[in-house]
Amino acid sequence: MAEMAVTKPKKKAVQTSAWKRIHPNVMVLISLIVGVVFWALISLIPTVGNIVSNPWTIMKTFVDELTSGRLGANIFASIFRVLSGFLLGLVVAIPVAFLMAWYRPVRGLIEPWIQFFRTVPPIALIPLVIVAFGVGEGAKISVIFVATFLVMVISIYQGVRNVDPTLIKAARVLGATDKDIFLEVVVPAAFPYILVGVRLGLASAWTTLVAAELTGASKGLGNMIMEAGLYFRMDIIILGIIIIGIIGFAMDKGVLYLERRLTGWQELRKS
Amino acid sequence: MAGTAQILTPAPAATGVPKIQISGLQKVYAGRQGDVVALQNVNLSIEPNEFVCVVGPSGCGKSTLLNIIAGLEDATSGTVQVDGKDVTGPGKERGVVFQQYALFPWKTVIQNVEFGLKLKGMNKKERREKAEFYLELVGLKDFAHAYPKELSGGMRQRVAIARAYAVQPEVLLMDEPFGALDAQTRAQLQEELLATWQKEQKTCFFITHDVEEAVILAQKVIIMSARPGRVKEIVNVDIPYPRNQETKLLDRFSEIKNEIWAKVYKEYLEVKK
Repeated sequence: MAEMAVTKPKKKAVQTSAWKRIHPNVMVLISLIVGVVFWALISLIPTVGNIVSNPWTIMKTFVDELTSGRLGANIFASIFRVLSGFLLGLVVAIPVAFLMAWYRPVRGLIEPWIQFFRTVPPIALIPLVIVAFGVGEGAKISVIFVATFLVMVISIYQGVRNVDPTLIKAARVLGATDKDIFLEVVVPAAFPYILVGVRLGLASAWTTLVAAELTGASKGLGNMIMEAGLYFRMDIIILGIIIIGIIGFAMDKGVLYLERRLTGWQELRKS
Repeated sequence: MAGTAQILTPAPAATGVPKIQISGLQKVYAGRQGDVVALQNVNLSIEPNEFVCVVGPSGCGKSTLLNIIAGLEDATSGTVQVDGKDVTGPGKERGVVFQQYALFPWKTVIQNVEFGLKLKGMNKKERREKAEFYLELVGLKDFAHAYPKELSGGMRQRVAIARAYAVQPEVLLMDEPFGALDAQTRAQLQEELLATWQKEQKTCFFITHDVEEAVILAQKVIIMSARPGRVKEIVNVDIPYPRNQETKLLDRFSEIKNEIWAKVYKEYLEVKK
């Protein structure tokens, strides 16, 4: 059978360019080294060096802040807020999205509000939230909750709406009840979209958090940057920026890893 | 029926009760520019274990008819009876194979085949054995643990057929199942389907736009007319089984094929007008 050949491992195409032969991870390393060297070089220019501290200074600041325990406390405070707000958003977004997709009246009632609030940047809500909840943890977590909920509810809702009707038909002719269709067809079919929602939600949680902390907080990476600004400690600002970037990047990679592990059955276009 | 006397296998049980009885079936869709009549006064009677193909120009309501028999759509008026009972929804005595395969992509091949059995409440060991049996039947035992995305179109449709067979329906409804396949794979699957049909007796209701496919498979070809969909004519295919690709070389085959083709073409011209 000719079609059996489909699943046989294919030999890799003959690679011509030397660039393509380099392992992707090696490319990442090269990119990092080039970046750091570039950073070190521009920090040598006196006028730039006043603002962009050189890599060694940042390393020293990093060790100082870490050993003093301040950095750890700030990172912990930020991650705690992000995860609480995000998890709250996810727990509310999943049922709301499914209800919206499943019941037309629910969709009619909720969708206009979601579309309206989606166009408002969550940061614009901060003054309101501060008046309502003060500057404590509650304020930050509720801003993150709103931001992540809006992003995730739309993505998950789209996923449920996009479930192939033929799959539902196929399940029905095999004897599936409404409950079977929900649990065995709609949920697994929407699962990749839930993960996309999680990824977008986490990214939005992280950017919103830093903005929320910049407006005033006792701890947190955003607050660390703001305070450092008052004392003109450029090294701490840059350290904060780097750490925010690294954590956001790591969270994104984590979700991507989950996506690969859990939704490997998906048929994707070959790139 | 004069045609069935010459057919070697399977001999329809002479109970006198048709397997599927369609009477006065009408389907009207409410459209933006008024109502669209998809089916108008369709009357059909299909015997047990009979293989029936439906041909007709696109938009003649073939798929609507199949969906109504499957219980996936309601008729506007008229009835469909299977074994003398009115169809009110999907039932496990009627299996469906769709053109787009409709395999669950998150389930492996064997999990797909097992799904209907799982819904029936069959225990894990029993349904695995049964699923393996039907995978063997379609020649895909080695791919039991692959995901649908790893299979070619022909293999996917084989899995869909195995999935439909596994719940052991008495009626198999197929909506252009081979329409998306290349000519060679299609010919191969036609022969396989005929072989399985002879092994596991079932009433087959098979929709196709390919006249040649209809003639090679069916005992009876139903020609439907352009919108509103009606049964225009029923042609008996008096070529004995087992049939294979060589059957296509017979004079009688070409004769019947051309006869049906001429009628379908006339309907096609109606659509163009």
